[in-house]
Amino acid sequence: MTELLKLSGLTRQYPGVRANDDVSFSIGAGQVHALLGENGAGKSTLVKMIYGLEKPDAGTMQLRGAPYAPNNPQAARASGVAMVFQHFSLFEALNVAENVALGMENPPKMHALAQSIREVSDAYGLPLDPDRIVGDLSAGERQRVEIIRCLLQDPKLLIMDEPTSVLTPQEVEILFKTLRKLQSEGTSILYISHKLEEIRALCDGATILRLGKVVGECDPKVTTARDMAEMMVGQILHVPSREGGETGDVLLDVQGLDFAPANPFGTRLKNVSLRLRAGEVLGIGGVAGNGQDELLSVLSGEAKTGKGAITYCGQDISGLGPNARRKIGLLAAPEERLGHAAAPNMSLTENAVLTGNIRKKLSKNNFVNWKKTEAFARDIIQKFDVRTPGPASAARSLSGGNLQKFVIGREVLQDPTVLVVNQPTWGVDASAAAAIRQSLLDLAAKGAGVIVISQDLDELMEISDHFAALNEGKLTAPRVAKGLTVDEIGMMMGGAHDLEEVAP
Amino acid sequence: MDFGSINPVVLLASLMVASTPILMAALGEMVVEKSGVLNLGVEGMMITGAVCGFIVAVETGSPTLGFIAAAIGGMALSMVFALLTQVFLTTQVPAGLALTLMGVGLASLLGQNYQGLKPPPVSDLNIPGLDHLPVIGPILFQHDMMVYVSLLSIAGVWAFLKYSRAGLILRAVGENHSAAHALGYPVRMVRVMAIGFGGAMAGLGGAYISLVRVPQWTDGITAGYGWIALAIVVFASWKAWRILIGAYLFGGITVLQLNLQAAGAKVPVELLSMSPFLATIVVLVVISARRHGASNAPAMLGRIFHASH
Amino acid sequence: MIKFVKRPEPSKAWTIATPILAVILTMILGGILFALMGKDPFAAIRTIFWDPLFNDQFAAYSRPQLLVKAAPLILIAIGLSLGFKAGIWNIGAEGQYIMGALAGAAVGLAFYPTDAWWIFPLMVIAGGIGGFLWAMIPAILKTRFNTNEILVSLMLVYIAEQLLASAALSWLRNPEGNGFPGSRNLSQIPAMSNPELIAGTGTHWGVVAAFAAVVAAYVLINKHMLGFQIRLTGESPRAARFAGVKDKLLVLFCLGVAGALSGLAGLFEVTGPAGQISIDFGAGYGFTAIIVAFLGRLHPVGILLAGLLLALTFIGGELAQFMLGLPSASIQVFQGMLLMTLLGMDIFVNYRLMIVKKEAV
Repeated sequence: MTELLKLSGLTRQYPGVRANDDVSFSIGAGQVHALLGENGAGKSTLVKMIYGLEKPDAGTMQLRGAPYAPNNPQAARASGVAMVFQHFSLFEALNVAENVALGMENPPKMHALAQSIREVSDAYGLPLDPDRIVGDLSAGERQRVEIIRCLLQDPKLLIMDEPTSVLTPQEVEILFKTLRKLQSEGTSILYISHKLEEIRALCDGATILRLGKVVGECDPKVTTARDMAEMMVGQILHVPSREGGETGDVLLDVQGLDFAPANPFGTRLKNVSLRLRAGEVLGIGGVAGNGQDELLSVLSGEAKTGKGAITYCGQDISGLGPNARRKIGLLAAPEERLGHAAAPNMSLTENAVLTGNIRKKLSKNNFVNWKKTEAFARDIIQKFDVRTPGPASAARSLSGGNLQKFVIGREVLQDPTVLVVNQPTWGVDASAAAAIRQSLLDLAAKGAGVIVISQDLDELMEISDHFAALNEGKLTAPRVAKGLTVDEIGMMMGGAHDLEEVAP
Repeated sequence: MDFGSINPVVLLASLMVASTPILMAALGEMVVEKSGVLNLGVEGMMITGAVCGFIVAVETGSPTLGFIAAAIGGMALSMVFALLTQVFLTTQVPAGLALTLMGVGLASLLGQNYQGLKPPPVSDLNIPGLDHLPVIGPILFQHDMMVYVSLLSIAGVWAFLKYSRAGLILRAVGENHSAAHALGYPVRMVRVMAIGFGGAMAGLGGAYISLVRVPQWTDGITAGYGWIALAIVVFASWKAWRILIGAYLFGGITVLQLNLQAAGAKVPVELLSMSPFLATIVVLVVISARRHGASNAPAMLGRIFHASH
Repeated sequence: MIKFVKRPEPSKAWTIATPILAVILTMILGGILFALMGKDPFAAIRTIFWDPLFNDQFAAYSRPQLLVKAAPLILIAIGLSLGFKAGIWNIGAEGQYIMGALAGAAVGLAFYPTDAWWIFPLMVIAGGIGGFLWAMIPAILKTRFNTNEILVSLMLVYIAEQLLASAALSWLRNPEGNGFPGSRNLSQIPAMSNPELIAGTGTHWGVVAAFAAVVAAYVLINKHMLGFQIRLTGESPRAARFAGVKDKLLVLFCLGVAGALSGLAGLFEVTGPAGQISIDFGAGYGFTAIIVAFLGRLHPVGILLAGLLLALTFIGGELAQFMLGLPSASIQVFQGMLLMTLLGMDIFVNYRLMIVKKEAV
């Protein structure tokens, strides 16, 4: 196999952190090469250097034997390097063809471009209408826009950053078919992921990063997932264990809930029904953007719904705001830590009063008792092992995982009767994630009801008693989690878009 | 009330003159906002343009040079805003306010020796063959250069945003600056250029007031037109053709109330004078009430961009 | 290459240092401006910032003026700062100031020539309500129709100016004024005047109100849940909704308080230093107060100091106009520059400058 891209000793230093430290490996022509590592291992930084968004402080790259040092993404694209981003690279208010044109150096006229989009999407089995507004597309379709944008430029190396995090299992299959077809045509693919089974199914080689350094190389086809996981994490994982126990009375009862979000690109919830019992963990899966945020906001009380839609311990709470719900024991932790669950520039103490005011009685006659609030913040920091200089630190100074521990801890320590969390371990390192999951299980063991909304199916399978899935704003009937197969879960998540005929 | 003294042909012709300053300023601001930047300094840039244009026109005797100076003056002031918001990452609302406060003071300072002077006249450019058409001729085809320029720039901006690559990039920057950055587009540079264009257009609009509409220099000559231009961008839902409608609607109200004042209508003068501002509020309310939630505003409007890692 | 790098936390030292550095930088830039105008920059700066307070010849007159000019600035800026903290941009304080004066004066003059102790308090209430109601227009339009409060509050300034003109020319005109525009002189009607309370200090009721507002705002922002909610809304609107903040109520509150305080400022002005309703009553305090609010970093104590400083530039500016022939507009430019340098230097609170070595290409 000839060598396409060779990285030698790449190093990139950010203030306070060495994101990449002497990283070297190479990718062969027509190879699907995995870049494996936890969040924060330095995968993104490395990819940005290859794509010309960042420059290495030291080290060199060679493309087809010639020195390669792109100054910007345009230069990278001109050399035949294309990238499909995980986030942030589409323009919702523009249509598909305009989005594609923006990713090309010399796009043809709009109608000619629309024609070639149709051709490429047919050839690779990725149906897409060039005139549609991107904001109206599903997550899977949006990814197709990105892929087609790359394919139209006939890339030699295609970089894919966590491409399956937004896809259903069936859509993943379609994507893999496309990637294998590309590979057979001689295109190399750099595939970034932390999902081991995927990598074993798809990739020919893998480089594993930990804390900015290469800690190993392997052939994923012959290496076990467990071995790769240990290289990635560097320690044996603590697996949470469910104590088990009978579930009790119905705490939360949602019937026929409809909700139209204010954001025009949001997802409408349609006829959502669920029942949560004391001691139960209900896992809600689904691809991002199918109504997760909206579901959390109607349960937390940030968004109001029609009368009678939400009953809590026998009481209709549809008209209650977040604080009235907190008062009676219904708490929530949203997905977005900075800017939703916490205010970035405010101290941890101030962020503690943000949701803790009512249940922890942190104010009297509306005058805040800052001493008491600070004690509460300290309590969270200590019990949830939040690494920070102290409660006066601004929320934004904490790492993602530490802030997540703070946010979850803040709600758990308020002793909720029902807790709803969205993506509780997103972007959190493995040991912190395990601790967070354990705290949710402990809460359920004490008789609370917990709803976990997550895109991490492994996580949901690990902690849920019941499982349901959100698909385009509709929630499937919850099923007992134990014994569900991947195929069944995929069907619950809506199967592949545009493959409705497969569904029963 | 005596409407007899109001000649509808003259009224419509003067409507076009009254609308031109706002049209230019609003069109410039629309381009700025399309790139995701909210510059509240329109009033300040307009008045700076008004004074620069006036001084240069008086000193050189050439209105054309005056207009060029006005565009440069407006653009120069807008670069201060660009420096603050694009380099020093200042919040755009107060930076725009600062620009207006500063511009009004600066214009007053520059213009203090020019009060009461008359600028060289701006000659009309009658379109041959069309200017003698009955009714339509005097309304549409007997105007000065800048009226035609303003109409052409509407068409130009519309075509630029809809068909050109640069226009697509500008819209992309205004919709999602992180994505545009990730694709390798120079977000800051695009925005600085848009801000400069907005400044030049506001300057031209201001000079049209001091050189054609009034024509002389007095303190505070733009009298809130810059703010109305901002409102018209909202009214127009960030679409070039609707800027034309908005500006002409507003120009119509201004001309009508002035004519009513002149005709001695039995309505208090103050009520007539405030009518353009009242109308602007009404229009803003109607527009925002109708479009509840789903606005056509660029998604990044007013948001600060800083390429971190 | 020089680059701005985000700090992990906002710097407390820079929060305090930036306004001071901005003042110094503006003095330098202002000095250059004055020099370009052919004036001695050092004399100009001394005349503006030093002489009003310490020059034997002028201080006796100027020092009391400091409080007189600072009071309306501080009152208005305190109100504005609440909204600015929450991301609610009321820039029409000038209109609310005018309407407060008009409402108060109209109520007082309605009782003319009654002489009773309750007339002045009644006027104060009417002034506050006048400003409050005027601010309720953008507030209600925003909460009800989602109308942009920046533009509406600003449009209302022009409308208020027309109402002021009509009051001065017709419905509040002094019937004994020989046809000159302007109302009766309220400061010379005992029941309606806002006198100097302590001779030689410039202290009138507006000064008292301004100090009270500073203290109240301090308590509100730092100790009260509502103040916390205001700060939270400005920091992060979505987190505020999550925390159960009723955002519409907050809009009404912030605009309402700013309107009422601006109205009070107008009332104290028209019954005291200005004396009467006249066409040029609106002197731009409502706009200068925006500078005061930012220069004071939206902090009550900062606003107190910033109000005094801006008042000093007004007084010193007049003095410089009188002594050096410095045009009054140059003070306006100076104030605008002050706001700009402050906003520009703000970046150092959240970012620090890093010198990045030029990368090899």
